[in-house]
Amino acid sequence: MSILGTRVLRTEDPKFLTTGGVYTEDVVDDRLDGAYHVFFVRSPIAHARITSIDVSPALAAPGVVAAFTGADLADLPVIPPSAAGLMNVEMTQRLLAIDKVRFVGEPVAVVVTELPYQGEDALELVEVDYDPLPAVLGFEPTDSSLLFEAAGTNVAGHWGEASSLKPELFDDCEVVVTHTIINQRVAPAPMESRAAAAVWGDDGRLTAWVPNQGAQGTRDSLVTLLGLEAGQVRVITPDVGGAFGAKFGADPEHAVVAWVSRQLGRPARWTETRFENLVAMTHGRAQQHTITIGGSRDGNVAAYRLEIVQDAGAYPKIGAILPFLTILMTTGPYDIPNAESIATVVVTNTTPIGAYRGAGRPEATAALERAMDLFATEIGVDPADVRRKNLLPPFTEPHRTAFGALYDSGDYVAALDKALAAAGYADLRKEQAERRASGDVRQLGIGVASYVEITGMGDGEESPPEENATVEVHPDGTATILTGTSPHGQGHATAWAMLASEELGIPVEKITLQWGDTDLIPVGGGTGGSRSLQHGGAAVQQASKELIEMARLRAAAQLEANAADLVFDKSRSAFAVAGDPEASVPLTQLAENERLLIRTVFTAPGATFPFGTHVAVVEVDTETGKPTLTRVITVDDAGIVLNPLLAEGQRHGGIAQGAAQAFLEEVVYDADGNPLTASFADYPFLSATEVPSFELADMATPTTYNPLGAKGIGEAGTIGATPAVQNAIIDAVSHLGVRHIDMPASSRRVWQAIQQAATARPGSEH
Amino acid sequence: MMRIELTVNGEKRSDEVEPRLLLVHYLREVLGLRAANIGCDTTSCGACTVLLDGKSVKSCTVLTVQAAGHDVVTAEGLAPDGELHPVQAAFRQNHGLQCGFCTPGMVMATVGLLSENPHPTEQQAREALEGNLCRCTGYHNIIRSVLAAAEAPEKGAQLTGVAENAEVSA
Repeated sequence: MSILGTRVLRTEDPKFLTTGGVYTEDVVDDRLDGAYHVFFVRSPIAHARITSIDVSPALAAPGVVAAFTGADLADLPVIPPSAAGLMNVEMTQRLLAIDKVRFVGEPVAVVVTELPYQGEDALELVEVDYDPLPAVLGFEPTDSSLLFEAAGTNVAGHWGEASSLKPELFDDCEVVVTHTIINQRVAPAPMESRAAAAVWGDDGRLTAWVPNQGAQGTRDSLVTLLGLEAGQVRVITPDVGGAFGAKFGADPEHAVVAWVSRQLGRPARWTETRFENLVAMTHGRAQQHTITIGGSRDGNVAAYRLEIVQDAGAYPKIGAILPFLTILMTTGPYDIPNAESIATVVVTNTTPIGAYRGAGRPEATAALERAMDLFATEIGVDPADVRRKNLLPPFTEPHRTAFGALYDSGDYVAALDKALAAAGYADLRKEQAERRASGDVRQLGIGVASYVEITGMGDGEESPPEENATVEVHPDGTATILTGTSPHGQGHATAWAMLASEELGIPVEKITLQWGDTDLIPVGGGTGGSRSLQHGGAAVQQASKELIEMARLRAAAQLEANAADLVFDKSRSAFAVAGDPEASVPLTQLAENERLLIRTVFTAPGATFPFGTHVAVVEVDTETGKPTLTRVITVDDAGIVLNPLLAEGQRHGGIAQGAAQAFLEEVVYDADGNPLTASFADYPFLSATEVPSFELADMATPTTYNPLGAKGIGEAGTIGATPAVQNAIIDAVSHLGVRHIDMPASSRRVWQAIQQAATARPGSEH
Repeated sequence: MMRIELTVNGEKRSDEVEPRLLLVHYLREVLGLRAANIGCDTTSCGACTVLLDGKSVKSCTVLTVQAAGHDVVTAEGLAPDGELHPVQAAFRQNHGLQCGFCTPGMVMATVGLLSENPHPTEQQAREALEGNLCRCTGYHNIIRSVLAAAEAPEKGAQLTGVAENAEVSA
């Protein structure tokens, strides 16, 4: 029986459950003996000129061995904005701020100490004089206060031009609804914050331990940030305590730690506090959407427009690129004849925006699914019916959208109907009607969100996605896999071993996975964008199959048989001559004289497009506004599932993060750009009491883009659940006249929306 | 510096510590027991949860000197002979962990919960773990793990997580 598709328990678990993972802070290594500790002095002001920095008082403090400012690093390369050619080239960043600070938390200096505690005290002694400037915040910043004077504007760039929008887009529509909504800024907040350890060898090479999502990308970032030659950096990836998109590449702090180590000729380490993490690790989302949707009174959507403003934070990083993905997925799973989408990227005096689970696609789905509900409410048709009416019909040949996305396969109506059936949708609507009729204080809300997303993107269709794998069988009956992916909770050690085991006949527990050391595995795409199984897993399977064919030739020589007459007996992990099982040779023996090892590269024809429907059920207390999430039912079709246990885990985690954005989490600044959510006491990180257990329904439409038939599953949750939960909360109070509540749809916001709707209602006594 | 004596994972310890040294730092840096993690600055996340005399505590909010004379058990001490404790086994069986950073704390909080309430309802389990944050699992499989551990037939005496040879010093 095949091991593929079964619920194999994780081989990596016993360590995590007993001695715990070895995260960057836990790494014990001879090369790091005597390491100095690096502490960052961070700006307490959102926008200011630095008039002077005096590190000398800190230098006099116990244990302080050095302190550096931006001036000391001035000869290092400036960091250009992302999306070269589209964003304003003047919006550059330095590893440590020089002249100006642009967000609270921006590093301006470092203090280096012998012992970790000494730095915490010495940080306070660095004297930085700031000349405050007006903070630039929000989605429509004026140019009265410029983050980058040389740029002459706070608009970083555009994706598409306003002049391209067609004034006549909605001319033929019977009904047009428009609304401006906010997809708020949230914190990725992995449980393990950022860290680094660095040491330089006598050969002038840097070895850096960094929690990351792809050691090769982190290595390349460090080479660029430090102005080094390729080959001068080795990155080693310890266990990583969650990432969610925010640990791609390297941040300025990682480069500074490496620079300090070189400057002082000693290893150096850094672990950030949660406060630092919440103000200086990239945030996610932060888009404003003006959605306009139009169609017929019977529910056919004829036109849709999405105008995006992306708050990129203080520096245009990955945040500047997110609108590209949002625009690509503008029409999602629907057949909308006329649609258009553009984006403006602005800079503000806030933490830079980066990728966060879904990265641009949840934003597209949130906008579209809110638009669908606004339209449905306006015409008085059930929102599920409006969706069914407009979803693309099932297709097995790739479908090209007006925005250039090439959907590989899909059956969106089936996913919708399956989710509705699993939820008991008709009964829920009946119960809702009863509660409305009786004026129940606790009103029921039902939210539906259909989605299609893009996973496993390459660098465009000219550069198709690929990943490499190396598989080796050892004489002792064990096997080793090297992968270019970078697990940090996804369970690749188990999943990749399943794929190899299936081909090699070697038990999963005898197969070891290695990743994340760039000297061992120089090439790799890492883990993100829900790419790992469909590329990295496919590469492991391909390598294992190729290894068997290579071994077949060796076996043929050894058995003096025709290779074509050999059968591979997985139960013995051995080749045997057909019809003569006694004449056999195991893989272990074939590995004795010459290494039985193969490296291969799997190339996919393109990205895949998983899809599904989420249904959320909430109860809203109409007196307090408090929403309680009671059920989440999802259909997430990511093609063929390798290990349901792992796939379900990915779905659960994403659903929770999606729900958290819908009604709890938000990074908040005051009018001066001071962060108000810079600790876990203030940032409303989702806890176990705020979500129910989730109800998952299965559906698997294969893709032909890889032999596994697999699409990505890592981000389905945040894409589907966020609008489903938001829609449910609004649905619970829509009969009171509420049409929209921005996320997070918290008790306060729900209560306010109910009050405002009551005031606005004709004949209201208010 | 102060001299303290305490029991950690069944082993008697006697160490000179600074009065301000937090228990989590003592465990991680002095003893090299690094299962307990530090995930926040505000006693919010629970990644550092250990047992103090059988009750779960956040070791970032206990001074080492407060643990003097008491019995501390960490995730390392739950499975002294290499076989997973029923709670650890339940977490594995139910995929109750992903990145693993919150996991030792979750396990210890669960052991603490089950010693006080051997058969919690789902809601009680959720409330008991409210102070232990996880970003990966959405809590779904953590709750499954807790409920499964509560039904594990062999939990019995092991449930406090204190190794049998432990001697609590006065």
